[in-house]
Amino acid sequence: MRDFWKRFRHNRGAVIGLVILAVVIATAIAAPFLFPQSPWKMVQRPFLPPFTQEGLPLGTDALGRDVLSGLAHGAYVSLLVGLVSTIVALAIGVPVGALAGYFVGRTDDALMRFTEFFQTIPSFALAIVLLAIFQPSLVFVIIAIAIVSWPPVARLVRGEVLSLRTREFVEAASLSGLSNSQIILRHVLPNALPPIIVLASLMVAQAILLESSLSFLGLGDPNIMSWGYMIGAARTVIRTAWWLSFLPGMAILLTVLALNLIGEGLNDALNPRLTRRSE
Amino acid sequence: MINHLKFAAAVTAAALALATPVVAQDASPQAGGTLNVVIQPEPPGLMIGLIQNGPTQMVAGDIYESLLRYDFNFEPQGQLAESWTISDDGKTYTFKLRDGVKFHDGTPFTSADVKFSMDVFLREAHSRTRTYMQHVESVETPDPLTVVFNLKQPFGPFLGIFEPGTAPMIPKHIYEGTDFASNPANNTPIGTGPFKFEKWVKGSYIHLVKNQDYYMEGKPYVDEIYYHVIPDAASRAVAYETGKVDVLPGGSIENFDVPRIRELDNTCITDKGWEFFGPLSWIWINMNNKPLDDVKVRRAMMHALDRQFARDALWNGLGNVATGPLSSSTRFHAADTPDISYDPEKARALLAESSYDGETIRLLGLPYGETWQRWAEAVKQNLTEIGMNVELVPSDVAGWNQKISDRDFDLAFTYLYQYGDPALGVSRTYMSSNAAPGSPWNNVANYQNPEIDRMFDEAALMANPEDRRAAYKKIQDQIVSDVPNLWLLELGFPTISRCNIKNPVSTALGVNDGFRDVWIEAN
Repeated sequence: MRDFWKRFRHNRGAVIGLVILAVVIATAIAAPFLFPQSPWKMVQRPFLPPFTQEGLPLGTDALGRDVLSGLAHGAYVSLLVGLVSTIVALAIGVPVGALAGYFVGRTDDALMRFTEFFQTIPSFALAIVLLAIFQPSLVFVIIAIAIVSWPPVARLVRGEVLSLRTREFVEAASLSGLSNSQIILRHVLPNALPPIIVLASLMVAQAILLESSLSFLGLGDPNIMSWGYMIGAARTVIRTAWWLSFLPGMAILLTVLALNLIGEGLNDALNPRLTRRSE
Repeated sequence: MINHLKFAAAVTAAALALATPVVAQDASPQAGGTLNVVIQPEPPGLMIGLIQNGPTQMVAGDIYESLLRYDFNFEPQGQLAESWTISDDGKTYTFKLRDGVKFHDGTPFTSADVKFSMDVFLREAHSRTRTYMQHVESVETPDPLTVVFNLKQPFGPFLGIFEPGTAPMIPKHIYEGTDFASNPANNTPIGTGPFKFEKWVKGSYIHLVKNQDYYMEGKPYVDEIYYHVIPDAASRAVAYETGKVDVLPGGSIENFDVPRIRELDNTCITDKGWEFFGPLSWIWINMNNKPLDDVKVRRAMMHALDRQFARDALWNGLGNVATGPLSSSTRFHAADTPDISYDPEKARALLAESSYDGETIRLLGLPYGETWQRWAEAVKQNLTEIGMNVELVPSDVAGWNQKISDRDFDLAFTYLYQYGDPALGVSRTYMSSNAAPGSPWNNVANYQNPEIDRMFDEAALMANPEDRRAAYKKIQDQIVSDVPNLWLLELGFPTISRCNIKNPVSTALGVNDGFRDVWIEAN
């Protein structure tokens, strides 16, 4: 563990990313305490520019709502969507990939064709279609994002498992009479974990971007203040009040950047040999 | 009606009410020039007797005419009719037609065309006109320039239906005995109006040219009109900025672009020209659902809405806060109805007394663009602040129609036209006979008040305007105190044009009445 942290720390970008993410997480957790009022509350006259009114450091939007409060509450929504949808995607992708990679043959063919079926449709278009069919609520937004983001997980896990299943320790486990499920769960998957963790960190970033894009298009949950919603609502006034799109845009940019940096750092930390070779 | 509202859907513009002189008095009209106008969306056809949506009427208003036109106070003016008289019992209307009027193909226009249009064509093809014509027993044509309408009983608003969208004059010699809907002449519309149809390039433009044989001396002044089809609102704003078009009818550009466009050089703006339509927005309250059947809940919601804020923040200060079921431009509007102003304290008190018990109320916004979406958010917030739980329900246009038709909502935004008279465009929203599910345009709230039904029926058939005024005052007072809908704003749709284009809006129908009086001042 200490080695891990040492290697992670070695990547300065990753540390910066971690700091940014910590700030975002802290903001998300603190939002209900810092801004106990609903972010939808109309508190002042509309279109107050930033730094012109005490108590409203980032000004107000088209309906006179506090932009800073919106950003803070939006952080919670973005992280929630990012995390939960990634967990759901992993829950679909890991078993599919593990089964396909371990059993090969027909199982592999069937599962991989099924996965490819999802991969051939552009993920954003599929998410839009799914939300057009469902009622756009937070739960369905998460489900839609999970459904479009699990196929890469399945492929990655399958590849890892394929290479692991022929190793001696797996054969040894098999000879000692362990069942297939025990072998997969206890011996194969734990060894496939590092690349999954790296991918997951990037998937969180991807999910945040997807949620923002969907909200931007008005396909998000209309009852929830998210960053994508804030940009979508502000784009119509971009010529007169550019900061209303710029600020949540920066929030998304920083959060996604932070997650990508962390992913990079995790990659370095979890695959030390790979890193050294590339140096 | 559906089409009217759809067009109005696209209409989401607004601006400051400016006192731009609508009728130029300074100079004498100059002939010549080309008028470039935005049309949005592209109309499905131009035969106004068959298709009545907004953009169709805007173009057809140049090609077709009716017997009358109406000034901003709904005073009728002669168009194809030179004069008219109403019998004392209010049952006989006699019109004297203008002499020497010709259709675009050279055939003279006579009383036979009037009878054919009103009694045959429109009775068959035009659902709104058909209901008005139910009051007409017979149409007589004693001579080629005289038309007599014999009514079964007095029908107060009758003199208000002779505008080109409701009662266009259609050439009998082209349509008699044919299948109206499939007549090839529908593609090359022929009327008596100041402009003739020349060419329509689908997806691009509609070209009209001056009617050289027009019966009014010197008119029209403009040589030709191009109606440009530009599907994207931002592109329409740019088309005006770059000079491709000179007239932006109400709703051509998005609300938030209006303040910017208004500041451009040589740009005039007017909110006149919508008096006839009187677009009034409100929120349907589904009274089939508890606790919305409780009048105290409805009153609480009414007092919770900050409509002045919506007007200033979302509609750029254009339009008026509604006082009740009638738009202030509609005949017999009463300003002194019971108070429904913004008063959150009163709203909270009313809600506390009511049967509301924390139920989640579903609010269906109007899927007509950003302004309406923000408005739904503001209303949700207003209601939240008096202690109600409100959930926004997203939808697209088709989903909205479906949900309203099925009455699958608690609160829902809408707006409708009033056609100048409560008997033409208001009673349909409140009569219990018009409350069956299946239509998104009738008495959607399921408001049931036999007294109101009776009063509406009686008021429509009164001959004396003063009697009608008194009757409609009572109706308005009663409806406002029952709060079947949450009335929002009388919507303001500004027409924007270059200031050297004179008289773009000269009647209560605005650009929908054609550009007969428009002239372009050379710079």
